[in-house]
Amino acid sequence: MNKPEPITPSAEAPVSLYAKHEPVFNRRIDGKFRRIKWAIMAACLAIYWVTPWLRWDRGPYAPDQAVLIDLEHRRFYMFGIEIWPQEFYFVAGLLIMAGIGLFLVTSAVGRAWCGYACPQTVWTDLFQHVDRLIDGDRNARFRLYKAPWGPAKIARRVFKWAIYLAISFATGGAWIFYFADAPTLHQEFWSGTAAPVAYGTVLVLTLTTFALGGFMREQVCIYMCPWPRIQTAMLDEKSLIVTYKEWRGEKRGSLKKAQKNPGEYGDCIDCNQCVAVCPTGIDIREGPQIGCITCALCIDACDRVMAETGRPRGLIDYATLEDAENEKKGHPPTRHAKLIWRPRTLVYFAVWAGIGLGLLFMLGTRVHTDVSVAKDRNPPYILMSDGSVRNGYTLRLHNMQNRPRDMVLGIEGLPGAVMWTEDMAREAASRTLTRTVAPDATQVVRVYVVAPEDTRDQDFAFTLEAQGEERESDTAKAQFDAPGDE
Amino acid sequence: MADKRFDEATQTETVGHEWDGIEELNTPLPRWWLWTFYACIVFAIGYTVAYPAWPGISSATQGVLGWTSRGQLAKEMDEAAAARARTVASLADMPIEELPQHPELMRAAVAGGSAAFKVNCVQCHGAGAAGSKGYPNLNDDDWLWGGDLQTIETTLIYGIRQPGEEMTRQSMMPNFGSDGLLDAGQIRDVAGYVLSLSGKEKTSAATQRGAQVFADNCAVCHGENAKGNRDLGAPNLSDAIWLDGGSKAEVEAQIHHPHHGVMPAWGERLDPVTIKMLAAYVHSLGGGEEFAAPVADAAPEGEDIAEEAAETRE
Repeated sequence: MNKPEPITPSAEAPVSLYAKHEPVFNRRIDGKFRRIKWAIMAACLAIYWVTPWLRWDRGPYAPDQAVLIDLEHRRFYMFGIEIWPQEFYFVAGLLIMAGIGLFLVTSAVGRAWCGYACPQTVWTDLFQHVDRLIDGDRNARFRLYKAPWGPAKIARRVFKWAIYLAISFATGGAWIFYFADAPTLHQEFWSGTAAPVAYGTVLVLTLTTFALGGFMREQVCIYMCPWPRIQTAMLDEKSLIVTYKEWRGEKRGSLKKAQKNPGEYGDCIDCNQCVAVCPTGIDIREGPQIGCITCALCIDACDRVMAETGRPRGLIDYATLEDAENEKKGHPPTRHAKLIWRPRTLVYFAVWAGIGLGLLFMLGTRVHTDVSVAKDRNPPYILMSDGSVRNGYTLRLHNMQNRPRDMVLGIEGLPGAVMWTEDMAREAASRTLTRTVAPDATQVVRVYVVAPEDTRDQDFAFTLEAQGEERESDTAKAQFDAPGDE
Repeated sequence: MADKRFDEATQTETVGHEWDGIEELNTPLPRWWLWTFYACIVFAIGYTVAYPAWPGISSATQGVLGWTSRGQLAKEMDEAAAARARTVASLADMPIEELPQHPELMRAAVAGGSAAFKVNCVQCHGAGAAGSKGYPNLNDDDWLWGGDLQTIETTLIYGIRQPGEEMTRQSMMPNFGSDGLLDAGQIRDVAGYVLSLSGKEKTSAATQRGAQVFADNCAVCHGENAKGNRDLGAPNLSDAIWLDGGSKAEVEAQIHHPHHGVMPAWGERLDPVTIKMLAAYVHSLGGGEEFAAPVADAAPEGEDIAEEAAETRE
């Protein structure tokens, strides 16, 4: 048996368990993917800023903001759709669609979300451009980082952070407009009369954007975000990812070396441009890794170098792991469009679209009238002096339309029974009651149902029929309790 | 560093430990993680200084902010009282019979009465106000002393047979049996007669004898047709509701040596507004009498008080 080597304590102080953040100074790069990123950033920010200012006429009784999360009244407005709290399954359905959509996108085109659309990416990208604008490109920024603190450096840093703060305020702060009438809130905000929660939200979102976009950057992606870990698990050998074609690039050597020894060196001239432009500071040539957000800036950088050296582009490229193997053997790569047509993506798409169609169907067929019943349980029934039996119910009449509507409440079943409410003459008890329900509101009605003496326990139903053109109706089952030999 | 080693596969530095050939790579956490931890410690210390925290022998440190859970409760109670103040003031000024003309105020009163009922009344009348044998059911439409708002309020203020209370509801049914006013046969007959009024017993020679007993002894309080007398609190004997039980034996027992319910005079214990709210609540349970239909726009002052009770956007 081998005796384990004795552990010799290190003579030096123990290694720190914590690593200092190594800032990333990525170089400016222009190219196809860079321009796509600009376009997506502009589109995302434009949608984000413009949406709360869109108007949508809902008549005199409802807000006219197209997209509004009305927490105070527990309503969610999205263009022609209005969601009540009891219809929250629509939101749940959308969240499930978002989750499955992530599977779908990831299995087809890899981590496209991370590289292009994720707010963290968008903000990091934006702030890195501010860095370049204020401090200069990669080398200048590195020099400034190494330089001792002095008035010039402090001034530069304060100036840059002020711009960070301004951007954070304009982007993070705009979130509040989704929760209240935007023009009103905007005016209140600047005149100092908005609700404290508005200022608090702006403060928190400004500071978190400032910290996460300005300072944490790729640390968020690598250490804090669960998304990349889930996405990594969903990638397979047929997912499009940013791939360094090792078979073509290795062995690395400078142009000179390659010219001297033709055939010995690969296409990679080890210029490190792919590393220099990377916003998360990784080396893609080490293979797929969690730090890679597939933003494809290294593809732009490498393609440019390949063009300059007169070699074919695509040493670093969007490719599947399977393609990388195929190309190595000399087979042509699969067309990207074909990648989408495989069982895995089709199944994801079918599930995703199925849920979407289901939601649309429910949205199209939902009724804007609803009645719900809560029966008095204590006591379950009351005997009246003439021997009849009375049960009490609390009904909620929902009018989910933006106008007041007359609604007729009726009893279905329970022969001989009549109902009345406390605010009407008891002699007027009948099998139907008419109530006017305010627009977009719930009316609570306490109803007493009286049935003749020999009535036994049974089920019946309340019906609610909204008057008007569409004549919507809803039914709620209820139980009638009576003394008996149960 | 003499034994600085690098892992071959990853070129990562090892921490220098080895267990059975397994070495640990030094893959450090980011340092901000550490600083976050320090910040939490600083926050925790500040928190224990600001708020009551450290236990001592007889009490804990008070905290520099002077916060106490008792103080917070008192503050919240004051706020709640202040929020209710307008409703309470309106109720105090308003005669109870006018309450139905102010639906919002009525709703507020019913809600407040419901809460007060659960504290003061459920012991006898039950959580659902359904009562039990000897304790009236307040949900039904049978009233011993009357069921309109004013009468209920009076009953609440002065109680029923409350000793020492001058204005209390008073009535006594004689002990027909135990004092020898009627013999056992007469009691049986009159009980049968009373039960026959509500169809619980068939008419017979016995009930006809009982009718005569009733006319001689009972009609003075319960009325010629046994419909009762609210001035005396004499129950209606011809309906389907029996306070002390509707079986023959129970009715006979009541005639033999009647049971008399007692209710405290709540005017001595509760403030007038609470009593008003209790009366409104009891009236609202489904048996309230003389309910005037509310006037649609008669309640300007109460409009915003309990508006949300009826029309909630939820």
